[in-house]
Amino acid sequence: MTRSLKKGPYIEPSLQKKIEKMNDSGEKKVIKTWSRRSTISPEFVGHTLAVHNGNKFIPVYITENMVGHKLGEFSPSRFFRGHGGKLAERTVRKK
Amino acid sequence: MARVAGVDLPKNKRIAIGLTYIYGIGRSSAGKILKEVGIDPNTKVMDLTDSDQTRLRGIIERDYKIEGALRTEIAMNIKRLMDIGCYRGIRHRRKLPVRGQRTHTNARTHKGPRVAIAGKKKVRAKK
Repeated sequence: MTRSLKKGPYIEPSLQKKIEKMNDSGEKKVIKTWSRRSTISPEFVGHTLAVHNGNKFIPVYITENMVGHKLGEFSPSRFFRGHGGKLAERTVRKK
Repeated sequence: MARVAGVDLPKNKRIAIGLTYIYGIGRSSAGKILKEVGIDPNTKVMDLTDSDQTRLRGIIERDYKIEGALRTEIAMNIKRLMDIGCYRGIRHRRKLPVRGQRTHTNARTHKGPRVAIAGKKKVRAKK
């Protein structure tokens, strides 16, 4: 079910404030955020956000193509370690 | 034999069905096209007059994205998802179902034929 267009895209107000501040001052630094549910708006482009995945923050560099997606889509919260005994384990450990 | 958009339409079928042999046209858009052209959907493909065929071709080329163009568009959409590295793109990359289906069992359409896992003990058949 998609969100009602009347409401517009949801962006965490505190996050938006921070982004606007950065756009005004022109400085760029990584913002930590837990707000995986926020939609990426055009103002975000060019910034790097550290999006929490429940364990740690994953740095996400926002490009133009990402506008309209949610932040959480870029910060996977599950890791597949692989099946199949020793061989799989070794390859995973090498990474 | 009627050729539309590089596809041969089967000559022994009704035109409403014949049009669905074109990639990007299904039953519903076939009906709409025929209504616009004013051809009875029950006519067989081989009974179509030449003027019918040209009109069909005209409308399909003007209003519909079909065959190669449609395939490239779909491929580009998937490629975009994979390039930005979002969750759906990753699922495409790993050839797993994209829309949250279960993968414990099933999901064979996207995953392809089963791959045996080496070293897994086989369950013995009952005596």
